[in-house]
Amino acid sequence: MGIADGLRQWLDERFGWHEIRAFIEHKTVPLHRYSYWYFLGGMTLFLFVIQVLTGILLLLYYRPSANEAYESVQYIMTQVRFGWLIRSIHSWSANLMVFTAAAHMFSVFFLKSYRKPRELTWLSGMLLLFLVLGFGFSGYLLPWNTLSVFATKVGTDIPGQIPVIGKWILVFLRGGEDVTGATLTRFFGFHVAVLPGIATLMIGLHLLLVQRFGMSVPPGVEEEWKTKPLEQREMRFFPNFLLRELMAWYVALAVLGGLAALKPWELGTKADLFASAPPGIRPEWYFMFMFQTLRMLPAKVGFIDGELLGVLCFGAAFLVWTLLPFFDPGRPGRLQRLITGIGFFALAYVAVMTMYAYVAK
Amino acid sequence: MCNRFKVLDGIITCSERALHSAARVALHAFVFVFSILLLTVPTLDAQTKNSCLDCHSKLDAPLGIEEEQFSSSIHAQKGMNCTICHGGDPSSDDMERAMSKASGFKGHIERAQIPSLCAKCHSDAAYMRGFDPLLRTDQFSEYQTSMHGKLLAKGDTHVAVCTDCHTMHNIRPPNDPESSVYPVNVAHTCAHCHADENYMKQYKIPINQFALYSTSVHHDALTVRGDLSAPTCSTCHGSHGASPPGVASVQNVCSTCHVFQGQLFNSGPHKDIFSAMGLPGCITCHSNHGIQHPTDAMIGTGKGAVCTNCHTEGDAGYTAAGTMHDELEKLNDAIHTSDEILSRAEKAGMEVGEAKLALAAAQDNLTKARVTIHSVRPEAVDQEIKAGLKVTDSTWQEGLSAMAELKYRREGLLVSIVAIVFVLIALGLFIRRMESGQTGVSKESRQ
Repeated sequence: MGIADGLRQWLDERFGWHEIRAFIEHKTVPLHRYSYWYFLGGMTLFLFVIQVLTGILLLLYYRPSANEAYESVQYIMTQVRFGWLIRSIHSWSANLMVFTAAAHMFSVFFLKSYRKPRELTWLSGMLLLFLVLGFGFSGYLLPWNTLSVFATKVGTDIPGQIPVIGKWILVFLRGGEDVTGATLTRFFGFHVAVLPGIATLMIGLHLLLVQRFGMSVPPGVEEEWKTKPLEQREMRFFPNFLLRELMAWYVALAVLGGLAALKPWELGTKADLFASAPPGIRPEWYFMFMFQTLRMLPAKVGFIDGELLGVLCFGAAFLVWTLLPFFDPGRPGRLQRLITGIGFFALAYVAVMTMYAYVAK
Repeated sequence: MCNRFKVLDGIITCSERALHSAARVALHAFVFVFSILLLTVPTLDAQTKNSCLDCHSKLDAPLGIEEEQFSSSIHAQKGMNCTICHGGDPSSDDMERAMSKASGFKGHIERAQIPSLCAKCHSDAAYMRGFDPLLRTDQFSEYQTSMHGKLLAKGDTHVAVCTDCHTMHNIRPPNDPESSVYPVNVAHTCAHCHADENYMKQYKIPINQFALYSTSVHHDALTVRGDLSAPTCSTCHGSHGASPPGVASVQNVCSTCHVFQGQLFNSGPHKDIFSAMGLPGCITCHSNHGIQHPTDAMIGTGKGAVCTNCHTEGDAGYTAAGTMHDELEKLNDAIHTSDEILSRAEKAGMEVGEAKLALAAAQDNLTKARVTIHSVRPEAVDQEIKAGLKVTDSTWQEGLSAMAELKYRREGLLVSIVAIVFVLIALGLFIRRMESGQTGVSKESRQ
């Protein structure tokens, strides 16, 4: 008996390797004209793994205090061997992850993959998307540069608008009334401990649910397969689908490397808490549609404060969007067409407002 | 419980009773307040009445006064009316009585009398303290030492008196942007007379000061950059004691702001030589009203150099001037070269923040060297230049390293991309080979 066979037997006796192998061999992915959208989930997971690995490497040098944060990132960028590459990949990968997670969410929405029995898969996915945004928001402050500090001030002001609990949330996020070194330490804690812990559990749950209910087939394709059962096709997950996913990951890696080498992530100037806010303060691109909307709202809409109204509307919209599977009837009809229409409107709104925010400055 | 009360032929409830009581109280209160108002109004009218303005606001110049202007003047703001200067009785509507000798009416005030009239209050420290304890009260004594004051004392009433600069009825504090003596307006106020060819003809002094000042670095700082501490006429000449600074005191005037330059000039060889030659210190090289931003070309032996006005080829000063100019140029060039390479690296995404910060120190050395020029000691200038060059050597090296690193990164990227493309092709071929003969697995076939 060779070493490989011995190891296989050892694993089989303890973990049921034979069953695992059988499971992997029998796992399939539906094959149809929309199958390429299935890659987005795996791509987001790949970028998350990149985030974890590069984040751990950055942790070796990063110092989470107002006096040392900027200098430590500067040290990483200039003195640590390949520090610039690790930090740039971490930053670019974070942005790509937000993009792929959002694209995955919209693809699931338009392909109606959230329908019964996959409501909890959608819910866990939405929570993961919010966690990804939380990672972005908390990580943005960590280099402690001028733009990040003032953008965090603006960003934490927004939940502060919520009636009754707004002030409490603001103080909780900032670790005080204002953005200070205490906010940095707090955001660091969220970024490297709280959010990764929750995200890991949620990813585990999400994958478990995906495995439990399998890949959803779009309603149109499902109908076609019902009428023409012979056209129903599937692809083996291992190795066929996984190898294709691997190719996509390699492409993502090349893109990340290119961005890091040609456009390393800027460090900016060190934050000065006593200086006045410089012009051009803005959040990361994925918050821009909200930022621009709040900026365009008048000071008062009727009797209610404009910004508060905006915050409440966005809160309500996100809540409804998250609970969408429970509103969808699951069969074609007027309500489902309305939901699809709302989805197109939401996508167009996010895209137009984001572009407008950059044009309007 | 509610009692009922008989009222004439009807009955009122307790709530109606309460309403009646409230109405009674309100009526009493109204009568009380109205009575007080009736008693107060004539008194208020007597206090605020100004019959002078009633008439003079309707007249044309020179007797006319704009009511709005007067009411916004500092005197009106402090509760003073026309009588403070002109006497009279503004409470009377009768013109004869209002402008009678008995009421102390003075009427028109002669120009020669104006400074002493103003001084009656403005030189009274005890009186002025009541308005602002920090207000100066030495304006009149200063004025008497000024060229204006001296000529006025000799009977020349053409010279400036208080109202020429501060206006008559629209006097505002110097920190009011509409004031004629607000820093930005001072030069215009002086130019009103000093740029008037006809007016100044009898004094035989130049009239181009304002035109020159308007082109100067000081004017630029004051009006374009909005630096209210930048020099205007009164900064160098004084305000109430205005007179041209003497030859010996020019550097004292300039050095009130340019402290180090003044100290270095005083410690250098030029001070005594200039004195002996009767040359005024700073303005010999920098001029006076039309001072331009100094450039490195001013020092040395080339075109635009002021040193060659006195020094000629072969003398020690000529050589020293050339040496100092070359040193400044050397550091200036080194800073620009370093800045150029660092900016190029920064634009390409390299982190060169520390090097750029260090380069700012070299710029400081250059500034110090330019100031040290006033000592006209090449060895002192050289000390700053050497310190600056040491910094630029280091920043230049950092710039080179950043560019080399950039090249290394791009080469690394190229190698990585080639490797990834190779893997992708290999994977593609592998998948094709693996799936040759297969077209996806149908459910039926798997079953």
